[in-house]
Amino acid sequence: MSIPDVTRPDITRNATNAPYWSALSQGRLDFQHCRACGHQWLPARENCPNCLAADPQWQPASGRGKLVSWVVYHKAYAPHLEDRVPYNVAIVELAEGPRMISNIIGHPEGQGLYIGADVELAIARDFGLDLPRFRLQSD
Amino acid sequence: MQGKVVISGVGNTVYGKHPGRDRVDLIVEAAREAIADAGIEKAEIDGVFVKMANSSPTILYGQKVSEALGLQPAIGCALDQGGAANIGLMTYAALAIDAGLIKNALICYGDTARTGSHAVYHRPRGDDAIMGWYSTAAGYAMIHQAYRERYKTPDEHFAAVALAARNHGAQNPKAHLRLPLTMDAYLASPYVIEPLRRDDMCLVSDGGAALVMTSDGDARRRGNVRAVPILGMGQGQESWEVHLRPDLLRTKAVESADMAFAQAKIDRGGVSFAQIYDCFTVTVLQTLEDYGLAPRGQAGAKALAEGLGLGGWLPFNTSGGLLSESGTPGLQLIIEAVRQLRNEALLQVNGASYGLISNQGGSMHTHATLILGAAG
Repeated sequence: MSIPDVTRPDITRNATNAPYWSALSQGRLDFQHCRACGHQWLPARENCPNCLAADPQWQPASGRGKLVSWVVYHKAYAPHLEDRVPYNVAIVELAEGPRMISNIIGHPEGQGLYIGADVELAIARDFGLDLPRFRLQSD
Repeated sequence: MQGKVVISGVGNTVYGKHPGRDRVDLIVEAAREAIADAGIEKAEIDGVFVKMANSSPTILYGQKVSEALGLQPAIGCALDQGGAANIGLMTYAALAIDAGLIKNALICYGDTARTGSHAVYHRPRGDDAIMGWYSTAAGYAMIHQAYRERYKTPDEHFAAVALAARNHGAQNPKAHLRLPLTMDAYLASPYVIEPLRRDDMCLVSDGGAALVMTSDGDARRRGNVRAVPILGMGQGQESWEVHLRPDLLRTKAVESADMAFAQAKIDRGGVSFAQIYDCFTVTVLQTLEDYGLAPRGQAGAKALAEGLGLGGWLPFNTSGGLLSESGTPGLQLIIEAVRQLRNEALLQVNGASYGLISNQGGSMHTHATLILGAAG
């Protein structure tokens, strides 16, 4: 029996989101597309939040997006973050429409970030997972 | 509602720290005061409406509170709408009173988030916590950033909100934090989640609060001349997580205010004061603009230039709000409005005739609006 590592966060693992994490481990960011109404979204759901059809299909994102907003944590809200502050958390809107919570690499304190900045996917291995982070296209 | 239902009594504990006390006992203490203030017997309460405790959601909580009050009410329930729940509960209680289902409703809340657990405010935000996305405050920091970037808002505009609340709370002997704030101290206040400074963030407090509602007819029959009429109530639930909203600076607070003002049939310029849910300073600027009391992006400039004190543009959070009186979620704002409209407030607005109150919760996920008239 393994001892849970309380200093490291984890994700919920289920059949609905397995394709999302599997794609990231293969170097791709996928989002869901509704075959009934065409709506596109994240995070993973069984049903389309627009038309409620149970007919979603995973599609690869271009990896391009825009910065919607960001914050810089100076306080660590969990023990595993104590040696990471300051770090940023950002909202990114993918070119295909879905929005997600992410990090902008290379700008831990948010210097040089601005709303509407063009960003591109930069998958990073962290906490034993392949995480969908972004970098500024201008970097 | 237009005055058919009234707030007949109010009560609250001291706010701040109550180490070792149970949240339900804080509710009973506040309820005892509210029931006495209403001039009724405890046994006349036939509706118990409780806001879920932020720090410890509990099943059958309305029944747990009723048991502690020694009551077996016709209607008893708990509601979770985050910080909008108190006006939410009042709305459902008012409908039940107006329909003749119950006569006297107790609306109440108590929590020990300060000396007990405040883990809820530091919580990992679902699977996105893997990206470092933690805490209630972070959602507001995202909104604060979007606000200041869109409107090029200087820090002083956010500070105007914090200074007003803190300076009012400093004069309230029951307030949790009685420390006035200066502009220099605000600007020197450290970032917690940038752009949020410590002084942009509300307190986390222990305390209990309660109010009693009844019909206008019943209050008059009892000769309760201090009953305060409910003129309008509104709600609007944004519901979606901050990052999934099409625009971070638009919530359903606009629709909530429209609903309440349409029902109250009063002009927005006619409100005598506003008790605005000031969990974070940006929330106040957003709410004042959503309510049509200032143009978009200009509430802070107006607050800075004209003031939010008794003689200012709009007397605001006259007992200190969440930033100074108590970080408990919202009932204290309604109680202060009642005291203003009875002409019993510590910092009394002269001739107060209409009071405007906002409640909201989550990261602006929920919103509710209340408009009250003068007693008598």
